[in-house]
Amino acid sequence: MVDVLRLRDDDPVSDPAVTVDSFIEQSNAAAVRVEPGDDARQLLPHLEQLRLVEVNFPAFTDGRGYSAARILREGGYTGELRAVGDVLLDQLSHLRRCGFDAFAPEKPIDQADAEAAFGRWPHVYQAAADDRAPIWKLRHG
Amino acid sequence: MYRYDQYDQDMVDARVAEFRDQTQRRIEGKLTEDQFKPLRLQNGLYLQLHAYMLRVAVPYGTLSSAQMHMLADIADKYDRGYGHFTTRQNIQYNWIKLEDAPQILADLATVEMHAIQTSGNCIRNISSDQFAGAAADEIVDPRPYAELLRQWSSFHPEFLALPRKFKICVIASETDRAAMKLHDIGIRIVRNDQGELGAAFYVGGGMGRTPMIAPLLREFVPLDQLITYSEACLRVYNRYGRRDNKYKARIKILVHELGKDEYARQVEEEFAHLQTLGIEPPIAELERIKTYFTDPAFQAGASDDLDLSDPDFALWVERNCLAHKQSGYIVANISLKPVGGIPGDASAAQIHLMADLAKEYSFDELRVTHAQNIVLPHVRKADLYTLWQKLDEAGLGAANLDTIEDIIACPGLDYCSLANARSIPVAQKIATRFAETGKSGTLGELKLKISGCINACGHHHAGHIGILGVDRKGVENYQLLLGGCEGDDTSLGQITGPGFDEDGIVGAVETATDVYLANRKDGERFLDTYRRIGMAPFKEALYG
Amino acid sequence: MKILTGNDLKTGAVTWWTGQDWSIHVEDAVDVGDEADAIAAREEGARRVNSPYAIDAVREDNGGIRPAHIKDRIRALGPTVRPDLTLKPADPEAGNWVI
Repeated sequence: MVDVLRLRDDDPVSDPAVTVDSFIEQSNAAAVRVEPGDDARQLLPHLEQLRLVEVNFPAFTDGRGYSAARILREGGYTGELRAVGDVLLDQLSHLRRCGFDAFAPEKPIDQADAEAAFGRWPHVYQAAADDRAPIWKLRHG
Repeated sequence: MYRYDQYDQDMVDARVAEFRDQTQRRIEGKLTEDQFKPLRLQNGLYLQLHAYMLRVAVPYGTLSSAQMHMLADIADKYDRGYGHFTTRQNIQYNWIKLEDAPQILADLATVEMHAIQTSGNCIRNISSDQFAGAAADEIVDPRPYAELLRQWSSFHPEFLALPRKFKICVIASETDRAAMKLHDIGIRIVRNDQGELGAAFYVGGGMGRTPMIAPLLREFVPLDQLITYSEACLRVYNRYGRRDNKYKARIKILVHELGKDEYARQVEEEFAHLQTLGIEPPIAELERIKTYFTDPAFQAGASDDLDLSDPDFALWVERNCLAHKQSGYIVANISLKPVGGIPGDASAAQIHLMADLAKEYSFDELRVTHAQNIVLPHVRKADLYTLWQKLDEAGLGAANLDTIEDIIACPGLDYCSLANARSIPVAQKIATRFAETGKSGTLGELKLKISGCINACGHHHAGHIGILGVDRKGVENYQLLLGGCEGDDTSLGQITGPGFDEDGIVGAVETATDVYLANRKDGERFLDTYRRIGMAPFKEALYG
Repeated sequence: MKILTGNDLKTGAVTWWTGQDWSIHVEDAVDVGDEADAIAAREEGARRVNSPYAIDAVREDNGGIRPAHIKDRIRALGPTVRPDLTLKPADPEAGNWVI
């Protein structure tokens, strides 16, 4: 059992996540699991129905999940977006910027370390899927 | 040149603090090497043959003298008194201790420098034309666009775990002095028929084991969509670039396998989507950056006269200096290729001296070139002779820019853990041979580039003459390539045939140049003659 | 013989396994036989070495140890183009040992 680090106030979804393929085929599931090779855009017509999307990182060096997360948020998804797998402390703040609001690392991350990681960057240079104002916005209003 | 505001400084300082913490956790055992490696690489720290190596970013190759002095101080304080300027306009130190690395980054931050994303599978330091702001032929100074891209790409949360490294180059003239089409993205700032500025995007070039010249993906991206279009290019690559094979993971393979048109279609689709999100900085931000790149206070009416009565000086001016856009001024190249020396290396004392000379004679500015030389971009012609004398005294007066002595060479097996053969000794022997025979001048422009392995850090594919070091059953062996070019008419060199040993390759280069001298027509460079007569006469002379 | 080499975690210096510890001198290396993996795992775990690996080497007539591959001979000596920075700066012939 892994600890889930959540940045949301709502109740966690307990439904088991199904694969993207089985979800698209026939499912009425509320939870889906996106693997690195899946096309997150396939989920866009069904966002209303989803309450949990898990994005799997089998290896932290495979960054496809970052794009998947942003695509879902840009498409209007507001449910829980959970990074699972090889999720490490040093990637947390970037994952959050891409829209993740829950983290289920294989090896638990200390809560205080995680909070320090989220507070690491005083500013950000680019617009992403979070609500932080990029530096150019701060400069020019 | 660009100066940090408080935001920029805060970001670099935060990066130093982050890396200090990460290094500490590695030393304490809280991070494994596999976990730490991508983190240290994105701070420029490699583990090389003899020690850790630190690659410090020189954004678009531009440095102030205070920054240059800091580079020398770091060489003295934390390394062994020298640094190595690289083919991507950066500087590397070869003898760094892991435990010192965070403090080095902190020292760099005091002069607005860093090592952010100088390695790893992320967007690397943005390179540019070394003569930006001085060249007579540029449409605009390309560096503000490079700086805009630097800020966008720094800590970009979506693109820190790409399939492979990603190199971007920005130029703004017809003449390509930065190997733009051999980058993952090459951008040329252009003017359209309506007189508006925009960016031509060439995507999918690169060297390495599968060299490719980037095709033109889009002729004109409006400047107020530059970042959005770049983001679209990167997102398609991040999602669909190959991750099953490290050697097929660069964007050039994706563009090649999908076909340029299909890749372009996917980028356009993503671009249309991203345009709805408001991720583009306002033009006011570009204008803000541009204010840092205005011309220095050139002296009006400065004299164009040059006293060339000293023949050594005259030769240096002829070989190493270029026309400046401002009358009375000249662009001076400092060759880091003394005959028999190590290409791109400079001692701390030499780095300090170049910094002082930049302060005194070049409006406080220096450039690093992809050919591993240094440029003083804005020198008053009236000061040139004094400047040259000071350079010459310090062993920095070699008059050999773009000659066969001006060799690009990677560190090779003397320093690099990826190399298969040594590059530097071959460069030293070739330069010495041609200097001794006096043929360097006769040959004119001849770009010779040496890599110690197939990863091609020495740009061997793009040399008029290229040399690739390989490992043949544990013995160093060198293949010869002819006909490469990194400039406007970019081409890739072809292998002549079986390789040579270390002495054999020096002789083979001499043979190839003899074929050129015997066949050249008026005004032809080595490359031109090769293109006209083809490989056969060279092969015949080498192996016949 | 098989010898074990790596880099010191904190300094990055090239090191060789001596049986008890790590030395910067290749001539201190010992034959690790088929123990390389076990020693490497233990030493890396204790953070006394970074990225260790075993290589083939031969004992020379003068008692020295010569790694089989040129890359490890350069690691053992230092850069051939900077004799002053090698472990044998006073020996003008040292570079020949590499080749």
